[in-house]
Amino acid sequence: MKRVYVNEEVCLGCHLCEFECAYANSGAPDETGRPNNMFKAFNGPKTPVARIRVEEGEMRGDDRICFAVSCRHCETPYCVEGCITGALSVEDGVIKIDDERCIGCRTCTVMCPYGCLVYSDHHTMLKCELCLENSTGSPACVQACPNRAIVYEERQ
Amino acid sequence: MKKDSNMEENTIRTQYLVIGNSAAGIGAVQGIRSVDPSGQLLLLSDEPHHTYSRPLISYWLQGRVEPENMVYRDTDFYDDNGVTALLGPDYRVESIDGENKTAKLANGQTVVFDKAVIASGSAPFVPPIGGLETAQDDFTFTKLADAQGVRDVVDRVNEEGRQPKVVILGAGLIGLKAAEALNDQAESIIIIDLAPRVLPSVLTEGTAGYVQEILADRGLDFRLGRSIASIGDHQVTLSDDETLPYDVLILAAGTRPAVGFAKEAGIECGRGILTDEHQETNMAGIYAAGDCTDSMDISSGQVRNMAVLPNAFMQGQTAGVSMAGEEAVYDKGFPVNSLGLLGFYMLSAGSYTGDELVVNDGECVKHFFLGDDRLNGFIIFGDCPRAGIYTDLIRNKTDLAGIDTDRLFREPGIMAFGTQARAAKVARPH
Repeated sequence: MKRVYVNEEVCLGCHLCEFECAYANSGAPDETGRPNNMFKAFNGPKTPVARIRVEEGEMRGDDRICFAVSCRHCETPYCVEGCITGALSVEDGVIKIDDERCIGCRTCTVMCPYGCLVYSDHHTMLKCELCLENSTGSPACVQACPNRAIVYEERQ
Repeated sequence: MKKDSNMEENTIRTQYLVIGNSAAGIGAVQGIRSVDPSGQLLLLSDEPHHTYSRPLISYWLQGRVEPENMVYRDTDFYDDNGVTALLGPDYRVESIDGENKTAKLANGQTVVFDKAVIASGSAPFVPPIGGLETAQDDFTFTKLADAQGVRDVVDRVNEEGRQPKVVILGAGLIGLKAAEALNDQAESIIIIDLAPRVLPSVLTEGTAGYVQEILADRGLDFRLGRSIASIGDHQVTLSDDETLPYDVLILAAGTRPAVGFAKEAGIECGRGILTDEHQETNMAGIYAAGDCTDSMDISSGQVRNMAVLPNAFMQGQTAGVSMAGEEAVYDKGFPVNSLGLLGFYMLSAGSYTGDELVVNDGECVKHFFLGDDRLNGFIIFGDCPRAGIYTDLIRNKTDLAGIDTDRLFREPGIMAFGTQARAAKVARPH
């Protein structure tokens, strides 16, 4: 299946992916269905939370190494297997979370090998659902990446 | 699943029998169906409910979870998976015959099966206490019916215009989750434990005091190193003669693997049922999974009972795949816990052996247990959103030699791994 992949060789560390992820999932769509009221999204009662995060640190030669990490949609998803409520499930290979059933117990936090679940401010966990559940339709992080450091494709 | 006309009226034939309807049983169903989409599958439970999440009973009692969200899988799960689910006290398994592959039910029916998995979970252990038999409004706390019983008493006391006095025996996971659920609904909560410290299965001696202080600050009252000597009319007398009146008494001294009928059938047991790495018992065709089993803890190298939900599901899944004839191995078992109590979070995994390293990153305090360039275990206090990266080091017995551990233990991230490992983690399918 198509997944999000990352290449640290070309990541600029601009954090646009985080910003666009948070915005795409902000749930503040206009009449076209897209969340285009950025002011409303970022100044509302709840700060939008990114499901992707850029790690930055080490130096390689003159360059600083950066890369983004988001849910790998694992074939053996420890988060789903460990979920105590059944809120996490796999649908056509995509790992989804039902926020009605999530109680924010953090079992998935301690199960995920990549550290890809994040807390929301309403006591549930959030994760990348490849933007299939929001109005963006395909990963906003990929669309936003100016250097193609994040791609959405099928790989073996 | 039809009654076989060639056999007795009272006989049910099935290819697969799953005994248990919680995490391990459901894991077994999913495991079987991942290989065999259509073989006859019968699931039995002595509780009358659709599969529900046991740990949610405290959340339900607290009022944080709606009844319809108690389900562990969607309500069409049995239909979607071709499962005949027989649920209720009639369908309690009384005995099992490993030679003839039959199980006898409480209602007198016999199930004839090709392969079975025992996922019977655990049962509360209540120590012998004087007056227990005549005690009123006392509950164990592992099933939905227990929580419903507590709810009824709380409601009744509320109708009298007051809040209940709660006494809890047991400062372990179950007792403290019950305390959390009732904290805002009770006049007082007093927790008694024979052990001198809280959460002995999750915390070290050195960290238990810290957690106890935090919980005491948030309203819980402890009587540790003491036991209940006797129970009278809505009051308990402790081993040091202190008398505590109660409206609700919760008995959460511990649980034991539910191995009764398995042991009687000659299935090898330690504390729990013993299995091989495919989850098969010493009786061919009979598997076991979840809280009723003992299994290898890869973080300590010891076989033990590790009653935690993620393991139960994974063991069940391994049993199911094996029952359906494909190769599956469960070799990733170790304790993993995430525990939130009154807004305070603790994450832990593995075993607490080796050298202890304490890292305070400002957000949380992390205790790492290290030996031979491996991470054996950890306990983290506070929110640590990427703690699973540490868990994975235990799961894979990762050699820490090539990793920037200064960075990693300060801040869990993929960055601390070498270039190749990083690429493997973010640029390849998993």
